[in-house]
Amino acid sequence: MPNTHVPELIPALPELFLAVIIMALLMFGVFQKGGRDEQDVTTFRYVTYMGIVALLLAVLLTTLLADERLVTFGGMFVSDGYAVFCKVLVLLASAGSLVIAKGFLERHSLARFEFPVLVVFATLGMLMMISANDMISLYLGLEMQSLSLYIIAAFQRDDTRSTEAGLKYFVLGAVASGMLLYGMSLVYGFAGTTSFEVMAKMFTNTGPEGPGTGMIFGIVFILAGLAFKVSAVPFHMWTPDVYEGAPTPVTAFFAIAPKIAGMALFMRVMVGPFGDLLAQWQQIVVFISIASMILGSFAAVNQRNIKRLMAYSSIGHVGYALIGLSVGSEAGIRAVLIYLAIYLFMNIGTFACILCMRRGGRMVEGIDDLAGLGKTHPMIALALAIFMFSMAGIPPLAGFFGKLYVFQAAIAAELYTLAIIGVLTSVVGAFYYLRIIRIMYFDDAEDPLDQSIDREIGALLTLTGILIVAFIAYPEPLVSNAAAAAASLFSS
Amino acid sequence: MLDIGLAHYLSVAAVLFTLGIFGIFLNRKNVIIILMSVELMLLAVNINLVAFSAELSDLVGQVFAMFVLTVAAAEAAVGLAILVIFFRNRGTIAVEDINVMSG
Repeated sequence: MPNTHVPELIPALPELFLAVIIMALLMFGVFQKGGRDEQDVTTFRYVTYMGIVALLLAVLLTTLLADERLVTFGGMFVSDGYAVFCKVLVLLASAGSLVIAKGFLERHSLARFEFPVLVVFATLGMLMMISANDMISLYLGLEMQSLSLYIIAAFQRDDTRSTEAGLKYFVLGAVASGMLLYGMSLVYGFAGTTSFEVMAKMFTNTGPEGPGTGMIFGIVFILAGLAFKVSAVPFHMWTPDVYEGAPTPVTAFFAIAPKIAGMALFMRVMVGPFGDLLAQWQQIVVFISIASMILGSFAAVNQRNIKRLMAYSSIGHVGYALIGLSVGSEAGIRAVLIYLAIYLFMNIGTFACILCMRRGGRMVEGIDDLAGLGKTHPMIALALAIFMFSMAGIPPLAGFFGKLYVFQAAIAAELYTLAIIGVLTSVVGAFYYLRIIRIMYFDDAEDPLDQSIDREIGALLTLTGILIVAFIAYPEPLVSNAAAAAASLFSS
Repeated sequence: MLDIGLAHYLSVAAVLFTLGIFGIFLNRKNVIIILMSVELMLLAVNINLVAFSAELSDLVGQVFAMFVLTVAAAEAAVGLAILVIFFRNRGTIAVEDINVMSG
């Protein structure tokens, strides 16, 4: 008989791989000769390249686990098609963020090897929470992600805005974790278990009288904590400040990877253990979704800072994604997964453009600084125009289809209000996305931006731009994979 | 003789948790007080978990409480580190001075 005390390790292969790599990278970085600037930059470069390669290898390892539902560590950790799909998105997002971060960090003498290490650490936490099958593993994964994110928000440690962003993010993040935990303690008490599977079985037999007040209380607290992590209204107040204050590549990372991981966790928790309580939580998610869409579109109209604008834009996008969750069906989850995948590529591209905005070697962040970009930098302007049209949801670009699937799911579930408000707010949202395009092409530049752009940013811009444009011609792989992933979430 | 049961523990935890939340949002003085309020919230959660664990005769709650304690320690370390660099830049940790960005 084999030793039963050793858990099955194969399902957690990508996580174990990343954990080992992080330790190795940390040791490598620490034992390099340092002290002089150029030595630090060399170490930073090596660690960044190795971090990117490790993340891409983890994508490979993750895809090896596809098509099968594997549970390990005493039922705390699950790897299914859903987890694989979300993990691939998160890993790609982190790798992309590292690629666009490199040039910025080197120019702002922030090239310290801790940055890529912390990004990979946060990514490991995200993978853990996507695969969580128990409230304990959920909490540990979430905190692993959050603690790393607090630090990289304050990474530019001699800058007032960056440290303030870190402090705000930390305080509000800690409150959200507290609420989430309080909810989990109540759910544990009234369900008698922390395991998602046991809970899901328990709730299938809930009668029409509902699961009891204590349990509802717990679920509401959990919802609040999760809504904070994906920055949905009314728990969004940290987002604009943190996005504006954090160094731009950190903002790019925040806008993409933790958002996708947070939405993935949100769906896993709501559909998994609480799936049969849809009637109890549906209204709350509908409200959060509507509020996020409205705030995301109206509050962004007056913004002059492009990072703040992207913060409101991401709040709006979370609202659209939550439409799919509030439907609570397989079609809804599939729509959210497609939306998140398209969101990933649009945002990486947009932030790559924002990172190109330099004047005399210094970053500029005003929307008006984009004036005349169409004449001085036709290629960047074209790419940014594609991303903005896509975010506004204008066909035939990918962003349109992301919204289309979500609205279709809402209509099929007869949530007409949600779909109508969604369409109306995306019209309002189109106003500020199109204004950026107007400023780029029709306003005159008084002072053009710097010409040089990093090679890797150019490559990434081309790649994401082509993907956004070509989605209409070849949507099959994404749509079918998302459908399979959504199906695996419901079959468990 | 008054028996102390689950309801009492839950009430204490609820009061502590509420105090923690209010301590964060009503406090206008010092960021250190916010950190203490966060700890208060987490300890309220621990009381909940241990009380339920005893009531249910199920050890998972106590294991969870140990994990929460560990993470709370790590969180305090990260929070204080961020506070120290903030103080180096601004020379103050008053809550009303955290206002470089509007919002």
